[in-house]
Amino acid sequence: MTDKKEFDVVNADIAWCPRCGDFLILSIIKSALAELNMSPENVVLVSGIGQAGKMPQYLRSNFFNGLHGRPIPVATAVKTSNPGLNVIVTSGDGDVYGEGGNHFIHAIRRNPNITILVSNNMIYGLTKGQASPTSQRGFKTPIQTEGVILEPFNPLSTAIALDASFVARAFCGDMEKTKEIIKEAIKHKGLSIVDIFQPCVVFNKVNTYEWFKANTYYLENHNPKDRIEAFRRATETDKLPLGIFYVNNKNTFEENIEAYKIDKKPLFMRRNDQNKIKEIINSKF
Amino acid sequence: MQKESVSIVLCGEAGQGLQTVEKLIPKILKREGFNVFTFNDYMSRVRGGSNYLEIRVSSKPLRAFVERIDLLIPLNEGKLDRLNKRISKDTLFVGTENVNCKNLGIDLTKLSGNLPGKLFMNTLAIGFISGLFNVDKELMKREIENYFADKDKELINNNVSLSLIGYRTGNDLLMQKKVVFDIKKNNLKNQVILSGNEAIGLGCLAGDCKFIPSYPMTPGTGLMTFMAQHAKKMGIIVEQSEDEIAAINMALGAWYAGARSIVTTSGGGYDLMQEGMSLAGITESPLVVHLAQRPGPATGLPTRTEQGDLNLALYSGHGEFPRIILAPGNFEDACLVSQLAFDLADKYQVPVFILTDQAFLDQTYNLNIEVKNKVQDHFVKTLKDYKRYDLKNTISPRGIPGFGEGLIGVDSDEHDEEGHITENFDVRIKMMNKRMKKLELIKKEVIKPEIYGDKNYKKLIVCWGSSFNAVKEAVENLGKGYAVLYYKQVYPLHQDTEKILKKAKKIYCVENNFAGQFADLINKETGMKLNKILKYNGLPFSVEELTRGLK
Repeated sequence: MTDKKEFDVVNADIAWCPRCGDFLILSIIKSALAELNMSPENVVLVSGIGQAGKMPQYLRSNFFNGLHGRPIPVATAVKTSNPGLNVIVTSGDGDVYGEGGNHFIHAIRRNPNITILVSNNMIYGLTKGQASPTSQRGFKTPIQTEGVILEPFNPLSTAIALDASFVARAFCGDMEKTKEIIKEAIKHKGLSIVDIFQPCVVFNKVNTYEWFKANTYYLENHNPKDRIEAFRRATETDKLPLGIFYVNNKNTFEENIEAYKIDKKPLFMRRNDQNKIKEIINSKF
Repeated sequence: MQKESVSIVLCGEAGQGLQTVEKLIPKILKREGFNVFTFNDYMSRVRGGSNYLEIRVSSKPLRAFVERIDLLIPLNEGKLDRLNKRISKDTLFVGTENVNCKNLGIDLTKLSGNLPGKLFMNTLAIGFISGLFNVDKELMKREIENYFADKDKELINNNVSLSLIGYRTGNDLLMQKKVVFDIKKNNLKNQVILSGNEAIGLGCLAGDCKFIPSYPMTPGTGLMTFMAQHAKKMGIIVEQSEDEIAAINMALGAWYAGARSIVTTSGGGYDLMQEGMSLAGITESPLVVHLAQRPGPATGLPTRTEQGDLNLALYSGHGEFPRIILAPGNFEDACLVSQLAFDLADKYQVPVFILTDQAFLDQTYNLNIEVKNKVQDHFVKTLKDYKRYDLKNTISPRGIPGFGEGLIGVDSDEHDEEGHITENFDVRIKMMNKRMKKLELIKKEVIKPEIYGDKNYKKLIVCWGSSFNAVKEAVENLGKGYAVLYYKQVYPLHQDTEKILKKAKKIYCVENNFAGQFADLINKETGMKLNKILKYNGLPFSVEELTRGLK
């Protein structure tokens, strides 16, 4: 096991508000990486923009803090170019489900062996309190003055409908169970998605720690190989289930790529063969 | 009329197999020793419409579109309206329509015997042209058999026998001296036939490009197709992304992990990529963008050509950061600059554009090509105390994750030396200065513009990218006093520009756009005013209109 402190950024000037759920998620990810015996040099965190998008700033590792909505394409390409790296997307609900919604859908189809950890606080924190794709109907904000009238985006049922490889939900208030779920997600071969409920203590006065505690429960005796049941449980709204909903072991994107079928070396260790280029030229005579 | 070059135009609907003619005729004629150039003008549809294929056959290499039609072969009736202006009384015509030119009195559809002639018009035409040039019949047969090799035997046999009928018809005209061409043969044994797409693609392979994430858009798709066709053999990865935004972000992810990467697109797709371009700027990531231009705005003329996106390449992406723009004017340079694009991007950690356009990419011609892939990687193995944006150097050595002991942090926010977000004003200034200073280094390595024509020029014709070959041929036609100044790198502008221009009495700038974007760039950088010769109807410049216009 790696020392958890290995992942600490010394003198980090953390920009989150006191009691922000992201502090808990940061600590949980560090613990999970340490317990999985990973080293910072072999981990790449990729994020977009938003409060959760700052996660890589505070976790000592390789990182790519890119553009709003775009962590998934970056992470996919990093993993595809060097499958030996452990690539984890850490971003928020606005980033992954809103601005980057198209990438979320197609990453599931592509199935790269990366993990997507979404801090889901049902609000836009960085821009000071507008609705997010997961905000619940009726939720009032300075923009949605009469309350949200859009149906909330359900990342779990969407992912299961697309036959995703690993789909789970956690609540950061329960650090121990969330850590175990994240560890399973990282260990899983294929795209793993963990939607993590995370209270925003400043702008979301509805979905608080207490609210999540009262409105969630853990799946029990659930068979994660049963897709229909997984979908049914993912659509429950009275109380929101937590746990691993669906697991579907299948080949990853990297495994399906011809370039890796013969040669396992990462792309940076290869060189295009001059003789093969000559052969292509010769075919044009 | 140049006797040593012939311009043949075939026209037909999409789906009639003009592409087969375009693939086979250059191969057959080149093997026989003739220089060949093809250009096509096609509509944005899969079936129907009216498409044209121009084939120039010549003693010496001539690689530009001409208006003149020496031989016109319609594959179906009633598709000549758009060609009327180009048909003269000297045009030889193969068909049944009443056209005011020299009708050779041949109906190709009647030659097919029991076979459906209309289905095989393209093969009859291939045979007919081969016969007119008296090429080796066996050579033609072999090429047709190879081309259809994966089809069933009956189809191959039908194509071969019809090509032989076409051949006899064409050859008889030649023997009876009804058609006289005076094209000299050359030893072209070591030459290949390439399209612009293939020339760019070979350069990318030689430049060690290994990851091509892109989204299909005409005319940028051709490069993606070429790379995909050779991906398995080369061990490279081509991924059709969900959109252009994903494509450019994937390319940046690949470079971050040490894989040379390119995105290929056209203006509309590139519009979506601009945020990624800006991200390359602040993260100091290498990036290569193939921007294949077509007429805009918006969907514009999807299958036609324009050089209208120079300003887009020049000014796209928010914020200030350096970039390099290359614009090859012939296939030798296409291969060269595409390879160079990866080296420059890697060396200076900046985005590099390869600007082409539909006319350039879809042309084919014969040439000598030699590809040397001497690649020097610019990433480094990192030590424990590595800092991605070390301020000690203008170009901080680029580490990649998993190679060495260091950690690689990159950030779209303004960042400190370790790549962590910062709002420190001093750091901001230092990082901006460091990034912008790279432009000064880049300026020391700009490709010099080339001069062709009369060394004691009075009239100097400036051009860039795809217009080069037409301008060069026009200047050769005009002769004394004329020279071409050809830029294959348009930004940064070469520092000798002003000096070269000042030697001329009159300077023209030829561009396939409305505003004269390159002339404006030269004006901005040197203060000199150029006379603009512009075209923006969706077609490239013809040799004739340039010869007339520059007189």
